[in-house]
Amino acid sequence: MARYDRAITVFSPDGHLFQVEYALEAVRKGNAAVGVRGTDNVVLGVEKKSTAKLQDSRSVRKIVNLDNHIALACAGLKADARVLINRARVECQSHRLTVEDPCTVEYITRYIAGLQQKYTQSGGVRPFGLSTLIVGFDPYTGSPSLYQTDPSGTFSAWKANATGRNSNSIREFLEKNFKETSGQETVKLAIRALLEVVESGGKNIEVAVMTKEDGLRQLEEAEIDAIVAEIEAEKAAAEAAKKAPPKDT
Amino acid sequence: MKLDTSGLESFPSLISHGNDVAGEISAPPSFELPNSNDFDSFLKEAIQMVKPAKGTTTLAFIFKDGVMVAADSRASMGGYISSQSVKKIIEINPYMLGTMAGGAADCQFWHRNLGIKCRLHELANKRRISVTGASKLLANILYSYRGMGLSVGTMIAGWDETGPGLYYVDSEGGRLKGTRFSVGSGSPYAYGVLDSGYKYDMSIEEASELARRAIYHATFRDGASGGVASVYYVGPTGWKKLSGDDVGELHYHYNPVTPSTVEHEMVEAAAP
Repeated sequence: MARYDRAITVFSPDGHLFQVEYALEAVRKGNAAVGVRGTDNVVLGVEKKSTAKLQDSRSVRKIVNLDNHIALACAGLKADARVLINRARVECQSHRLTVEDPCTVEYITRYIAGLQQKYTQSGGVRPFGLSTLIVGFDPYTGSPSLYQTDPSGTFSAWKANATGRNSNSIREFLEKNFKETSGQETVKLAIRALLEVVESGGKNIEVAVMTKEDGLRQLEEAEIDAIVAEIEAEKAAAEAAKKAPPKDT
Repeated sequence: MKLDTSGLESFPSLISHGNDVAGEISAPPSFELPNSNDFDSFLKEAIQMVKPAKGTTTLAFIFKDGVMVAADSRASMGGYISSQSVKKIIEINPYMLGTMAGGAADCQFWHRNLGIKCRLHELANKRRISVTGASKLLANILYSYRGMGLSVGTMIAGWDETGPGLYYVDSEGGRLKGTRFSVGSGSPYAYGVLDSGYKYDMSIEEASELARRAIYHATFRDGASGGVASVYYVGPTGWKKLSGDDVGELHYHYNPVTPSTVEHEMVEAAAP
């Protein structure tokens, strides 16, 4: 086994690329990120580890813009993310230059995934240790999309997905509770999903909403706190309703 | 100077080039320029050697129902007419046309190449490329060959999601968006007819007649234009060839010969 996990370009006898799988492990250790697609918006939420007192929290934005109409959140190695994001931003502009039109979300996802794949098939390099959630609006049809890529270079579109720590539990929650939502409801759903694995509080979550008209908007801490309070209230009400005796005995 | 030879590749190279993955954006493959002491005059000579005067007349204009594209069909080599039946309107794909002016080989090759790129774009992105995008692709390629003697003066006409589109692209690297263009040695004459007769609200028949007449007038006055006046129409469902009339016949159509009254009639002399 040990012989097959050194160089990236070597398959193991049972068809594994160990380096890629180890990269996926790195992703599993990264902070949780969730994305939910609504009918008129897309929401990204990322777990924020408590910032050190002296750290300027504005310099550690985890949800970034790739273009006016495309945003990205990721889980895994943040330094790798920086490199990937820079390449993607350049590609977005390059597309605008060569074809005089903004690129679609699918195009840039395909580019990022292609880049991640290239690093699984070259000598002397290691794969990018991150999975990305890419959201945006199609410039032609105006419909919202959510895509996910992973270190192996595969990508697919999702209605809602999570990556990073405890992503399985978040995904389970989303599968049980997903329905077509819009506006504030989508934001609430994303935050509810994140709260399954993150300590509640505006300071532990970073949330951003992308709309067709206004692009990406990062939610303020106060806003997030307000929504969290709403969600807690709803949960409490649901608990109370369950415990209350039935109306007719 | 790095050349954009992506148009000449038929497949991506399988071997990764040295620093390809480790660093910068991968550059397109390039080749060395020829060694010469005085590169500027070498350039000038090269251009002069291949500089045809774009002996032709092509025109295109947008009107309310779409785009009308028309061209003559004469190819000339100096004073020698090498062909009267050249196809100067090139079908890039079922909804886009390109016109040929300048070097025939250059135009044909790069238009076909553009067709390939458009199809690849369609396959990769699951949507047709816009006329804007297609003309930009061609302009980028021609710009990277700037100064190397390509001679292309083309109009890309098509119908995409945003409606009718018309762009002028040339081998100097220029790219213009517009509603009326005429390219070639006969273009001044064609512009005269086209500009004075143009109305946005023409019907398809009126527009095709205007296009045909403009080409005819150009072939009448310009020695390097002639042959057949072809007229194509590009509408929401794609392009359609409307007519291809010999300009000689068109001349008599526009200028019918009225038989003159006879003063002295010649009668056969009776056999002796």
